[in-house]
Amino acid sequence: MTDEGRPTLHLAAHFPGVSSTTAQNSSTSGSHIDFGTFEHLARTAERGLFDFFFLAEGLRLREHKGLIHDLDVTGRPESITLLNALAAVTDRLGLAATVNVSFNEPYELARRLSSLDHLSGGRAGWNVVTAADAFTGENFRHGSCPDRVDRYTRAAEFVATARELWDSWTPDGRARPVARAGRHFAVEGEFTVPRSPQGHPVVIQTGDSDEGREFAAAFADVAFTRHGDPKAGRAFYRDVKARLAAYGREPDDLKIMPGVTFVLGDSDEEAQERATAVRREQVSPQRAILVLEQVWGRDLSSYDPDGPLPEIDPDPEAVLAQAGAGAGDPCRTATRWRELSRRKGLSIRQTVIEATSGQSFVGTAGRVAAEMAGYVGSGTADGFLLVPHRTPGGLDEFVDEVVPLLQERGVFRTRYSGTTLRSHLGLTEPVWKG
Amino acid sequence: MSRTRSLHLAVALDGPARYDADHYTDLVTLAERGTLDFVTLGDSFARPGLDALAVLARVAPATRRIGLVPTVTTTHTEPFHVSTAVATLDWVSRGRAGWGVGVSPTQAEARLFGRRPAAPTDELWREAGEVADAVARLWDSWEDGAEIHDKETGRYVDRSKLHHVDFEGTRFSVRGPSTVPRPPQGRPVTAIDITGAGDEGRRTAARHADVVLIRASSPEQAAALRTALHQDAETHGRDPSSLRVLLSLAVDLGESEPRPEPGLGGYSCGPRLTTPGSHYSGGPVELAELIARWYAADAVDGFHLAPIAPHRDLERIVNGTVALLQHRSVFRTFHPGGTLREHLGLARPANRYALSKGSS
Ligand SMILES: Cc1cc2nc3c(=O)[nH]c(=O)nc-3n(C[C@H](O)[C@H](O)[C@H](O)COP(=O)(O)O)c2cc1C
Repeated sequence: MTDEGRPTLHLAAHFPGVSSTTAQNSSTSGSHIDFGTFEHLARTAERGLFDFFFLAEGLRLREHKGLIHDLDVTGRPESITLLNALAAVTDRLGLAATVNVSFNEPYELARRLSSLDHLSGGRAGWNVVTAADAFTGENFRHGSCPDRVDRYTRAAEFVATARELWDSWTPDGRARPVARAGRHFAVEGEFTVPRSPQGHPVVIQTGDSDEGREFAAAFADVAFTRHGDPKAGRAFYRDVKARLAAYGREPDDLKIMPGVTFVLGDSDEEAQERATAVRREQVSPQRAILVLEQVWGRDLSSYDPDGPLPEIDPDPEAVLAQAGAGAGDPCRTATRWRELSRRKGLSIRQTVIEATSGQSFVGTAGRVAAEMAGYVGSGTADGFLLVPHRTPGGLDEFVDEVVPLLQERGVFRTRYSGTTLRSHLGLTEPVWKG
Repeated sequence: MSRTRSLHLAVALDGPARYDADHYTDLVTLAERGTLDFVTLGDSFARPGLDALAVLARVAPATRRIGLVPTVTTTHTEPFHVSTAVATLDWVSRGRAGWGVGVSPTQAEARLFGRRPAAPTDELWREAGEVADAVARLWDSWEDGAEIHDKETGRYVDRSKLHHVDFEGTRFSVRGPSTVPRPPQGRPVTAIDITGAGDEGRRTAARHADVVLIRASSPEQAAALRTALHQDAETHGRDPSSLRVLLSLAVDLGESEPRPEPGLGGYSCGPRLTTPGSHYSGGPVELAELIARWYAADAVDGFHLAPIAPHRDLERIVNGTVALLQHRSVFRTFHPGGTLREHLGLARPANRYALSKGSS
């Protein structure tokens, strides 16, 4: 809530150096690894009074047809270390890292996150992800691959263990031993770090399955979702908020923030033109073929990206082997894409652009501010995690042009009222469970 | 490799646990003013205090030149995580990262993880050596210039310059390549303190360390240790001149009067061997004399000073000891380079994968 008691929009910034969102070969793209890039983005987000800066994680370089994927932005710093450094060049901005629970141990990770919370004065956030595929596991000592449901029971036990460690010091600064023997973890001994400024770092969750939503309702402070369009957003919002009561939580205890993109222009037409240009940058001819190969599960390198879609059908077995579960039915996707291509007379590249387009807010700053404000208080989202297209300047326009309009509308803060990420999110500090 | 010998000085930031960033920023800024090569911060899962690498990452943007060497232990941490965290420290400090290789020998530490019982020191140091090997390979797993941003072909990386490391250790395996591009220094500086590390620890140091920390009660003893390390390094195919051997010395500069120490070559003060290491107690001027004398005797390449009271002693080291050494032209007055390797006079390592391609 703002000071006047009106609903407040929460804004966060996603580092753009992942996925097909980034226009990585544009002339305005900078380094995706140099500290200056991260510093620029974080300072811009703080200038825009954002709640937090968010880093994704991938623990193995992706491969395609048995070779390291060379079209994607690849390679990035390790998140917690980077965020500690960013804590030195920002004052208020929350600093959130995605960290997988399958390839970490609770004692060690709880200590690293608590250290970040201390060193940043209470600005740490942790996006708990659960991917546990054998492919990634090959980089780790025990490359295990728990099944789907087990992923979340492990995550739940992991978070509960971390919270017990974070609570293990008394408010007057005495460490008390923890002894916990669960199904997945056994932790016995004293935590070396006192209770941190936020009590517990903010917990973020991104999974979308039923188990994932249940996990969010039980444990998370923020849910970062893919549901950027109003219809899907409202359905997700209603569903997840309704699950909170079962855990004795209020709807406001969990902030739901879809990941969204934006393209601005001086007029709506200009913004549309820029959006089209960005899409063409994101989907190069080579990437169009690659995306097609991922759906078809076949080598399609001989196809012309400016020509028609292949007549040959997808190989579902190969797709499954490559993408794992949850990729959807490739034959249905192929049929849909062929239909789209026929109806609009689109080439391979044009079809991929059209079918995978996910741009959320396109228009003048005024239009974008009005649309965003419309989400607030309408049961669609509590805020947004902005994913810019460009590194490192991708947020500049938004902060300079849209943020002032959101402030004028009274839906966004004009200053930070607190110093911790929890305070920005309007979340109470967890009660110490002594 | 012929190089002009130069004195290397480092300080430890250890002391009673502190949980605020400013404490450490102040200390490291002070050490940087003294143009020291690097600071170290020890760590263990059972010691009260923050994660050492986190602390030095937090300090990095507030400093510009000084090397940052946190201990990261290898017994319970995934080698892949060690490699990415240290590589990232190198990125955020623009080439000033080091890694103090540590092990976790106690049952108390093992119980915090509940995965494996405490193991004998030899076994832990053998594993630490494997971790150091795997980590160095991961740092090399991206050749320099692997990022190409090629507009024509849409390629972001040249995958012929990315390498699976396929490391098979006794207790772990890593496929690779790293998810972090090759760090600015190529390989961040690896430091190993061999006190208490046994034969296996010494072997691991001779094989993998750029900087070795030793303890000794006389210049002769130090020189002998250094020679032995050089020989070990050579048997592992390394150029011994790529090793820096520093004497670790706990220092207590709190006393105004130097305390006489018997039996150390007639000098009125000097290190006295205690467990677990050497200990100096006296004034900053006498400390400078001791450093100059041991260095002139070619016993060591430099010193790693561990202040008993960090703020007080570091202040005296920088304003007293270092100032005097600079005045006598024994120690430099500025950092001539930007990276920790440059401070130490160590070359940026060639990438093993690029080399093997070149020779095949
Ligand atoms: C918006 C969003 C962002 C995600 N970011 C990451 C990430 O950075 N790293 C990661 O390993 N997984 C990431 N995931 C994957 C999820 O954590 C989760 O493993 C996946 O969605 C499957 O879980 P589910 O079956 O509950 O949906 C992300 C998922 C979503 C929806």
